[in-house]
Amino acid sequence: MTTTTSAPAAPAKIASGRSGELLTALGVLALLLAAPFLFYPVFVMKVLCFALFAAAFNLLIGFVGLLSFGHAAFFGTGAYIAAHAAKVWHLDPLVAVVLGGLGGGVLGLAVGFLAIKRKGIYFSMITLALSQMVFFIAVQAPFTGGEDGIQGIPRGHLFGFIDLNEPLPMYGFVLAIFVFGMFALWRIVHSPFGQILKAIRDNEARAISLGYDVARYKLIAFVISAAVAAAAGGAKSLVFQLASLTDITWQMSGEVILITLLGGIGTILGPVVGAVIVITLENYLATLDVPVTVLIGGIFVACVLLFRRGIVGEIEHWLARR
Amino acid sequence: MSPPDAILEARGLTKEFLGFVAVNNVNLSVRRGSIHALIGPNGAGKTTVFNLLTKFLTPTRGAIVFDGVDVTAEQPAAVARRGLVRSFQISATFPHLTVLENVRVALQRKAGLATQFWRSDRILGQLDDRARELVAAVNLEPYLHAHAVDLSYGRKRALEIATTLALDPVMLLLDEPMAGMGHEEIDRVVDLIRAAAQGRTVLMVEHNLSVVSHLCDTISVLQRGEVIAEGSYEHVSADPRVREAYMGMEEA
Repeated sequence: MTTTTSAPAAPAKIASGRSGELLTALGVLALLLAAPFLFYPVFVMKVLCFALFAAAFNLLIGFVGLLSFGHAAFFGTGAYIAAHAAKVWHLDPLVAVVLGGLGGGVLGLAVGFLAIKRKGIYFSMITLALSQMVFFIAVQAPFTGGEDGIQGIPRGHLFGFIDLNEPLPMYGFVLAIFVFGMFALWRIVHSPFGQILKAIRDNEARAISLGYDVARYKLIAFVISAAVAAAAGGAKSLVFQLASLTDITWQMSGEVILITLLGGIGTILGPVVGAVIVITLENYLATLDVPVTVLIGGIFVACVLLFRRGIVGEIEHWLARR
Repeated sequence: MSPPDAILEARGLTKEFLGFVAVNNVNLSVRRGSIHALIGPNGAGKTTVFNLLTKFLTPTRGAIVFDGVDVTAEQPAAVARRGLVRSFQISATFPHLTVLENVRVALQRKAGLATQFWRSDRILGQLDDRARELVAAVNLEPYLHAHAVDLSYGRKRALEIATTLALDPVMLLLDEPMAGMGHEEIDRVVDLIRAAAQGRTVLMVEHNLSVVSHLCDTISVLQRGEVIAEGSYEHVSADPRVREAYMGMEEA
């Protein structure tokens, strides 16, 4: 207690940075509370699910320096498990999403255990290969419904009495999952553990020489990231009442990389902004003759060439320079 | 055969890279509480020996004993936890953390504040006083909240020493702590090392014989992967093989 109050100048600066973050968070929350009245709720819910998915991915690339090219495996696994739990086991929607997240975490433990000792491109390749294995299991296994996926998933009644078939309660449910997930990720980034993650990202050999078993720290981060990504997938499957192979393809792993890169790697808000842009483009341009993938590819190129820090990253950089 | 007061011992240490013998049957014994230098010309195998001793490389043959325990098969992080802590030839800091945070990272593990992902990092404030002392000891207090990436080269090295001392290591291994430094900076680092060596053992790798002359108690000279001379500066510098190894280079 006394150390924080007696600490002068610079910790105060950190605190003001934090209150800035709090203000931003409240602003975003206000926007999100208003959003279902301004936009089509299912669209906003889709954005929220993908934003949470990207934020989970960002925990690895932004704060540990690991580029996972297989995160769709967790998103998709979460979607399938939550779908199965809701449809076949008739479980509470919240329990279904939590089970999806736990399942993703267990898969993350297995994938992470195999991948985490590798670095750079080899880490990315192993995650890609393992996620492809998960994809083929999803194609073959009977409970995923193969090409059809799991359809007509009941949204059910939250705690037995809140009818999630109504748009607004469902929106509130997804928003709560989103806020909880984002808070958990934010807490991790600003925790003693997060500090060690940043140290490992900055200089792994030095972290080892200080006595840290870096593989263990990376694995914990990987499992958390996988679990949150899977919870996002679970929420998505309840929103669309559908879990399908689309959720688990490598293109989905690519999409989450794009969202994060565009929004800003290593920023808290970046994945959210990236998700808003990419999902909006996909939804509203789907009706145009322009192939969406070409347009998104063009944006990707522009992002890499012109604003490498991503949108939020560039804004933060600009604010810091002033 | 080994002196009873040896804290670190290498016995028959050998490292081969695809048939190339970088380090050949090196026997090294570092006396507890001494400052020991391992010197040699470029390519003599100094850094390889160093990496073997800190377990960043695995020896092809031979054994390493630290404080009476055979650590030959241990992981680098594990020997670090035993108190055998190394520095790096290229200054090793966490560039995007502040000076205070750099030192705090070293303090976190022993304080049990390293794996808690559910708590606010404000709890790390309890380490600030100790971190400040360490930063002040290397004269970096004005830069407490500067990012390490923005420090000058000499100050990065000072920060690295403060971070290393935060672990309160039993023994320090310094990899060319004076590399790439000007004269005044060298004097500062020599003072820092002397201060850090209080109550500890130091083994440093150095390229330049003259800078270690006043600092070190014992000097081992490495040439083509083998120890060719060992002893005090006077003894070593008078050795004809050492003079030959250093011919054409800066003489002491």
